[in-house]
Amino acid sequence: MGTENKSITVQMRGITKQFPGVLANDGIDLDVHSHEILALLGENGAGKTTLMNILAGLYQPDAGQISLKGKEVEFQSPKDAISHGIGMVHQHFMLVESLTVTENIILSLQSSGINIHANQVKKRVLELSKQYHLMVDPDAAIWQLSVGEQQRVEIMRLLYRGAEILILDEPTAVLTPEEAADLAKILRKMTEEGKAVILITHKLNEVTSFSDRVTVLRAGHVVSNLLTKDTSKKELARLMVGRDILFHLEKKKCKKGDSVLKLEHIHTTNDKGLPALVDVNLQICTGEILGVAGVAGNGQRELAEVITGLRDITSGKISVNGKDISNSSPFEVIHAGISHVPGDRIGVGLAANLPVSDNLVMKAYRKPPILQGQLVKKKNILQFTKNLIEVFEIKTPSAETPARLLSGGNQQRLILAREITASQGMLIAVYPSRGLDVGATESVRSTLLEQRDKGSAILLISEDLEEITQLSDRIIVLYEGKIMGTVDPESTSLETIGMMMAGQPPANITKTGKEKKTT
Amino acid sequence: MRIQFEKRTDQSRLSGFLIPLISFFLALVFCAVILIIFGINPIQAYSVMVKGALGSTYSLTETLVKAVPLMLTGLGVSIAFQMHFWNIGAEGQLAMGGIAAAYVALFLKDVIPSSLLLPVMFLAGALIGAFWALIPAMLKAAIGVNEILTTLMMNYIAILLVEYLYLGPWRDPKGYGFPGTAQFVEAAWLPRLTGRVHYGIIFAVLGAVMLWFILKYTKFGYEIRLIGENPKAARYTGINITKNILVVMLLSGGLSGIAGMAEVSGISHRLYTGLAVGYGYTAIIVAWLASLNPWSILFVAFFMGALLVGGDQLQIAMQTPAAVADILQGAILFFMLGGSIFHTYRIKIIHKKTIVHGESEHE
Repeated sequence: MGTENKSITVQMRGITKQFPGVLANDGIDLDVHSHEILALLGENGAGKTTLMNILAGLYQPDAGQISLKGKEVEFQSPKDAISHGIGMVHQHFMLVESLTVTENIILSLQSSGINIHANQVKKRVLELSKQYHLMVDPDAAIWQLSVGEQQRVEIMRLLYRGAEILILDEPTAVLTPEEAADLAKILRKMTEEGKAVILITHKLNEVTSFSDRVTVLRAGHVVSNLLTKDTSKKELARLMVGRDILFHLEKKKCKKGDSVLKLEHIHTTNDKGLPALVDVNLQICTGEILGVAGVAGNGQRELAEVITGLRDITSGKISVNGKDISNSSPFEVIHAGISHVPGDRIGVGLAANLPVSDNLVMKAYRKPPILQGQLVKKKNILQFTKNLIEVFEIKTPSAETPARLLSGGNQQRLILAREITASQGMLIAVYPSRGLDVGATESVRSTLLEQRDKGSAILLISEDLEEITQLSDRIIVLYEGKIMGTVDPESTSLETIGMMMAGQPPANITKTGKEKKTT
Repeated sequence: MRIQFEKRTDQSRLSGFLIPLISFFLALVFCAVILIIFGINPIQAYSVMVKGALGSTYSLTETLVKAVPLMLTGLGVSIAFQMHFWNIGAEGQLAMGGIAAAYVALFLKDVIPSSLLLPVMFLAGALIGAFWALIPAMLKAAIGVNEILTTLMMNYIAILLVEYLYLGPWRDPKGYGFPGTAQFVEAAWLPRLTGRVHYGIIFAVLGAVMLWFILKYTKFGYEIRLIGENPKAARYTGINITKNILVVMLLSGGLSGIAGMAEVSGISHRLYTGLAVGYGYTAIIVAWLASLNPWSILFVAFFMGALLVGGDQLQIAMQTPAAVADILQGAILFFMLGGSIFHTYRIKIIHKKTIVHGESEHE
């Protein structure tokens, strides 16, 4: 691995960046070595992305210096940064869908006036593909590529422009386990060539399986610099959160009862009018968590929407406790006792500018004691709100604070508090811990388990396999709107679920898929 | 050096009070320059305006007369704006309310007992104004037609309809060619409190009380707020958005319709050219300057009334062109609305170190 010629290429000293009301970075020192993958670990809001946006020229720091190979530099724009060899792959890709890979790379070259020979670009793309095992077809249009391939195009684009230091923001969030393993290989290859890679992440697995070194950030400060081989997940989690974290949630044996929710031969279309769910059949019983795994965009959102009345089905039957609720309004579904923790917390789950109290009563305001005749009783709202804030440990300055000022974890606790209180035995939870830090994730997950133990039937839709396997009593895998199969989390490997997520029916997966295991 | 706008994390009460004051002062300074260009002494002009609008019992009552339709239409549009339904059709709804009241006063005066004439006019004005607002609401709810366009276009229909009626079929045959309907019978006159100030001001205050109560204490008010803040969240939580749009627009149009009824029945006692003179448009500004708060709307409407009356006085007393008064009103609004940015944002000036980027490599 060439440890002998590792050298510091980037030195960030005393980087400070203030946003309104938040000190995102407070005097951060960071060293980046060539030949090395550095993981930048921290909870949401720890300042990782801000720090890297500064390095990539997107933001300018309020104070502090950056030096590159010993020379002080200042970047006014991402263009400055890339001309110094620093490039970033953002969480949301910035590619033109209708153009080909080659065309997208030409676009990023910005050499206006000079004739670019597409064939030369293509040749170089192929060379780079070979050199770094970045398998991409230069003539394919972006929309034809999988998310993993698009990510490779983004990496290719930076390599083409001579990037020596690559920053990747949460790169595995959108990948299947297979694709993530491929990415690890690509990154390894790049460090062998002498490049430096920085990985922004809050996933401990990613740190241990990808990186050589890890820098832990907490609340805008560097907490620790460690060699990955010298540390453990447990230590990293403690450093990141500032306290010990339960890794294995206490999960009692499931006491499965009567069937609550039943979906029979459900078909529906997505916003573009294309089939989103194809002949979906499922059933959830009391005291059971049914996990829905799948790569984002394979019908999960539509599944949640047809059950909660936000989307019509084109055929099939949905029933809850024997009552047909196919194509009911959201109001009727709520009335039938189904609660919903939506995937889009801010966009759908909250009215973020309204106070916490208004957000907490979004379901309860229709019933006494809050509703008296046509009036909502302020006093009873306050009492209801105070009670929920206490029971669900929502950290808020007051009941009158706008919900947008709460942290992501507390916003989710608010939604959970409201939905669990309104639920009559059935809960749909979509990406319940997405974007939450380790501490908040733990709390959300144990809340869900607690509800299960109290007899709730829970449909858990998540893109986090660890979450699905940890919580679910049964798992179904969605691929292109179809259920690929139902598996038991205890006896099924992550690899098998990963293969199903990528479209392999369980029968085709050989039990000896162990050679796929990397890290 | 760079200048950045940053959202304020806290909005202080002091800045909420000081910023409009400073904006108003700056507007006066700006207008002084314009007045000087027109060859008018600004100090004298301002004192004429203040005296003309607030200086005597008479001028105060005249200011109130102008403020009443602004209050009612301002309240009307504010409730629609609360749920982000952009009703800019108050002018048309006011005109239709006026037409309905005039119809009752002119043609049903012999059918309805005279003691019931005013209540029927009131109801007719409110209902027809509400109906006029219901059309765009239904178009929006049923097929998603943009309400900004429909409410605006409905204004032109209503305004032209008023003109057609008082110039054509409803014209007073004994009016010596004067454009307008015959005068209403006295039973159809809205009683006056003092000067020309009529019962419309009571309607306005009651309207404010009603809106304040609805928004603050009722289930309906809570739903309006939720829809306004996040329609997706409202739908998710089971609120029937269509129904709420219809009800809110009925209320909104009804209030503007009452404004129209009060104008014809309290001031002109006939339908003529003075009905649709832009109150419904000014109402939009009133509602926003008041941040949609019902109580503030009453005060802002009074302030706007004073501006209108003061502007007229300026024209009469100093022989200024009519445009000068309009410029003054426009400038004051411009500064006040512009100033409100500083209530939500603060300016940050960043001093940069003097390293020229890219140069460091060659040193």
